Amino acid sequence: MKFSFSAEQEAFRESLRGYLAERSPTKEVRRLMETEAGWEREGWARMNAEMGLAAVRIPEAYGGQGFGFSEQCIMLEEMGRVLLCAPFFASAVLAAGAILQAGTEAQKAALLPGIASGDVVGTLAWVEDSGRWDAEGTTLSAVRDGAGWRLDGHKSFVIDGHTADLIVVLGRTAAGLSLFTVDGAAVSRRAVQGIDPTRKLARLAFAGVPAALLGEDGGAAGPFGRVMTEAAVCLANEMVGGAERLREDALAYAKMRMQFGKVIAGFQSMKHKQADMLMEVELAKSAAYYAAAALDEGDADGAVAASIAKAAASEAYLQTAIHAVQIHGGIGFTWDNETHLWFKRAKASEVMLGDATLHRERMMQAMVEGA
Amino acid sequence: MSEAMGSEAGVRAEVRAWLAENWDPALGLVEWRTRLAHSGWGMPTWPTRWYGREMPEAMVPVIEEEFDQAGAIGVARIGIRTLAAATILAHGTDLQKEKYLLRILTGEDTWCQLFSEPGSGSDVAGAVTRAEFQGNQWVVNGQKVWTTSAHKAHWGLLLARTNWDAPKHRGLSYFIIDMKQPGVSVSPLRQMNGFASFNQVFLTDAIVPPEMIVSTEGDGWTVTNTTLMHERRGADGLRAQPKGSDRPERIYGEERDEIAVALEPYRWYPSRAGRVDLVLPRAIETGAIHDPVVRQEVGKLLVMARCAEFTARRARAAKEQGKPQGPEGSLGKLAASVVARAAARVHTQITGAGALLAGPEAAAGGTVAEILLSVPAVSIAGGTDEIQRNIIAERVLGMPREPSEDTKKPFRDVPRNTVG
Repeated sequence: MKFSFSAEQEAFRESLRGYLAERSPTKEVRRLMETEAGWEREGWARMNAEMGLAAVRIPEAYGGQGFGFSEQCIMLEEMGRVLLCAPFFASAVLAAGAILQAGTEAQKAALLPGIASGDVVGTLAWVEDSGRWDAEGTTLSAVRDGAGWRLDGHKSFVIDGHTADLIVVLGRTAAGLSLFTVDGAAVSRRAVQGIDPTRKLARLAFAGVPAALLGEDGGAAGPFGRVMTEAAVCLANEMVGGAERLREDALAYAKMRMQFGKVIAGFQSMKHKQADMLMEVELAKSAAYYAAAALDEGDADGAVAASIAKAAASEAYLQTAIHAVQIHGGIGFTWDNETHLWFKRAKASEVMLGDATLHRERMMQAMVEGA
Repeated sequence: MSEAMGSEAGVRAEVRAWLAENWDPALGLVEWRTRLAHSGWGMPTWPTRWYGREMPEAMVPVIEEEFDQAGAIGVARIGIRTLAAATILAHGTDLQKEKYLLRILTGEDTWCQLFSEPGSGSDVAGAVTRAEFQGNQWVVNGQKVWTTSAHKAHWGLLLARTNWDAPKHRGLSYFIIDMKQPGVSVSPLRQMNGFASFNQVFLTDAIVPPEMIVSTEGDGWTVTNTTLMHERRGADGLRAQPKGSDRPERIYGEERDEIAVALEPYRWYPSRAGRVDLVLPRAIETGAIHDPVVRQEVGKLLVMARCAEFTARRARAAKEQGKPQGPEGSLGKLAASVVARAAARVHTQITGAGALLAGPEAAAGGTVAEILLSVPAVSIAGGTDEIQRNIIAERVLGMPREPSEDTKKPFRDVPRNTVG
């Protein structure tokens, strides 16, 4: 297992960090989070033209760049740092991941180039009102209709679900769990108000919506499980990027803020808190990096590593956000201060794809057979 | 040296050829190590003049692989002797290097570290053991504590105050002291877990000859930091404990004995670290694994322990690539401490009422009780968690240093403990 980044990867991170700092300053985040869509096609198209963001992990045969999870996770970490308002997670991680895992050769060739170029924005709709993150909670039903299928039911907490062009949907057929693709415009959908305004969620209603089967009828359980593992790793990497940014901002503030005649960074309670924050963030980073490398190396323990990474990131990000507000004091509780933007992403990401408790339980189930 | 110098394949071929020619398990341990030390292959990164070959750190794993392959024993490398060697190499005189380095490498001499005192634990520079130059020698009086293997050591690395009018850090000097002399008396120190792994050392008119000061009078703090830096460097938690080979030849037996003696004081260290490895097997064996609350606590611990392990590996990988140490390299000790405390809590949960017992009838043959009573040491020994946090905040995060009341004025005017 590799435990460090290559010089090329470090250089990639550095150039991306510079680019995103320019493209996504907090002012831009605040502007986009006030829109209903939460992102803009023009900006998304420009970023893909300039940096090929969505293409990175899609194989070259399907119009992508053919890099691995390690590279994609470097991107996510950097996007998490700046709270980039873009459909990257929905499209390049969830939708592309589901198509790669479940799709036939012809489907991959048809669907992935659009996602890779950024022209098509996809997402994955699997959770329902029950809030269950696993496939067991799926009640949306699919029935054959001539050469195609029709979907009835609903999906909830769908990331960018109200703006996506292409929605991959998890449903049930007579044969069992199956994945479908539907045209976003064919679905009755509305944005829901989320706790994190920088990542929009939607509720989708399906009443006989025409759909195409993705992969095999009744064969979605395996591919879907693998997509969830990948998504947990990707989200964990995005989260540690945000956590590190919060930690650094809180440190910079503590070094500047004067009270009792000196900078508050000089008080031992602040120093010890910052040392603990560094430890928590670095430990979570290590787990996130390890899990990405495990996916690239096809490690048999990939799902365990993913759950460790998500559990660690969930606690570290939120805890860092809590500390960051506290270190800023009163100003940290205001809308004008930037800390709350990351606090909200931390809270939403803690819950998204299952919280730390759920992932610890998954890890335990994987480690202890029959227990 | 040969034209092969510098390339990995060249070094590999060279060391292999040397071993083929020289390694002989029929030799005695000291005889072999003497030959090895003189060849430079025992400490390849050391200077050519002093038992080394001036090779880069990156070649060490290559050379070690060849030794393993041949079944060849290396130079003596466990215990305080390694810190003594590094310190003498950095600051010692040629006379000191000649007198000590070879016997360190052969394992003939063992060493101990005389830094901590009853009145100065975290504040090592507050040492009050006194060294005075009388006639033509240094005369030492004071008390040291937490000294591992002092009762066996031939030599001690001694930090003592030689100037009471200088500020705290500038009145210290560093000596090599002969432990086998009438002025040195060693007694064991019993710990709360029942073991007695360390000693107290009483120095009463103990003698150090003038040539056994390391560096100059007043420069002791600099030298001490060299020793401490090497101590921290060896504490990343990944270093496997040396086991020795179970091969039959006498030389392997001699090495096994050496390892057993050197490691005896550290027998309970796995317990001190919390025995995370035992948590899951014990949870399964006791059935506690079926309790959802226990499952979550076990899960929390295992997540934390794996994260700490990944972080140590990250730090090690960065070091091996020659990258400057990132923050991940400074966190190991603090993380180990958090993990150990969590492990003690989980062991208690799993064991339930059985955690009331100690000794052979207790859970896991007394191991659980030993864990519960050993873990408190982990956040103290080798720099308390509080000191670790200060170091991280100041050196890694660039936060202001602790205000010091004691570093500007003459040390004799600094308030200090009256006991001990």
